[in-house]
Amino acid sequence: MRRIAASSLGLLFLLIAFAAGAVQPDEMLKDPAQEARARALSEQIRCLVCQNQSIDDSEASLAHDLRLLVRDQIQQGRSDAQIRDFLVKRYGAFVLLKPPFRTSTLVLWLGPLIVLVAGAAGLAIYFWGRNRTAAPADSLSAEELARVERLLRDGDGRT
Amino acid sequence: MKRLLFLIPLVAFIGLAGYLGYGLTRDARVLPSTLIDKPAPNFDLPPLLAGGAGLKTADLKGQVSLVNVFASWCVPCRAEHPIWATVAAEEKVPIYGINWKDKQEQAADWLKELGNPYSRIGFDPDNKAGIEWGVYGAPETYVIDRKGRVRFKYVGPIFEETLNGKILPLIRQLRKES
Repeated sequence: MRRIAASSLGLLFLLIAFAAGAVQPDEMLKDPAQEARARALSEQIRCLVCQNQSIDDSEASLAHDLRLLVRDQIQQGRSDAQIRDFLVKRYGAFVLLKPPFRTSTLVLWLGPLIVLVAGAAGLAIYFWGRNRTAAPADSLSAEELARVERLLRDGDGRT
Repeated sequence: MKRLLFLIPLVAFIGLAGYLGYGLTRDARVLPSTLIDKPAPNFDLPPLLAGGAGLKTADLKGQVSLVNVFASWCVPCRAEHPIWATVAAEEKVPIYGINWKDKQEQAADWLKELGNPYSRIGFDPDNKAGIEWGVYGAPETYVIDRKGRVRFKYVGPIFEETLNGKILPLIRQLRKES
């Protein structure tokens, strides 16, 4: 029981550590609602130095600059979409962790769907073909029947 | 016809391997600039050196030029630095510097030690201009045409190979454009 309590406490601390991200106390906005918006938006923005971390998670100095920029623009009353556009215009769509649907990202978005459809089609063709080839074997010709009769009656001569 | 059906997985595999193999030849860390063929962004930086010239958007118009983002803390910048003196002297191309996320005193010392090939240097300690240019590391080098449009961006240090293979031919070509 005590062990469970200890480990869940540990887990709680771990979660708090994760939730804190890399945001420094002096970066935070005074208004908690605006700060929450900034955190949510920062989680969608890629840190271009580390590339697989959001600016909310990254300790890189560029991420720090972009966190400040996001907060600055929120205070200026810009919408989330406007701030995202501002960053995309300067750094390219790669700055968004969720890639937008564009011609350059078609393979990325549709690739899995194409593989799924191709796999399903392959399976369908395979089973359909197997059933069809298996079907004609269920009846014997008159000649074969006569031979079966003869064998059943006389044996094959070896007994 | 039906006999050839077994080739489908093979063809699909070769296609996929080719596509992914092509992806492996590209450096995923190098991002394309959104500024290519667009006017240089709006920025206005104070001079880094006392008595020197600062750098702003309007300075980039009128002639083919290079913009180089550097910092004294950046080791690859130190490695590429000697090439700029050669380019400035031999090619007569103005090289404009953006001193990025640096400290004034350290940057000045750095230039005193290594030489100053820049005709103008804008001081950008808090990444104001850097964000406008989409800078995500130093060094970065941009080729600017007469009209002040960005025509080429290179991320990382520039050595002879890139200089002679890409940058100088592009500068010569841009000089022919009116």
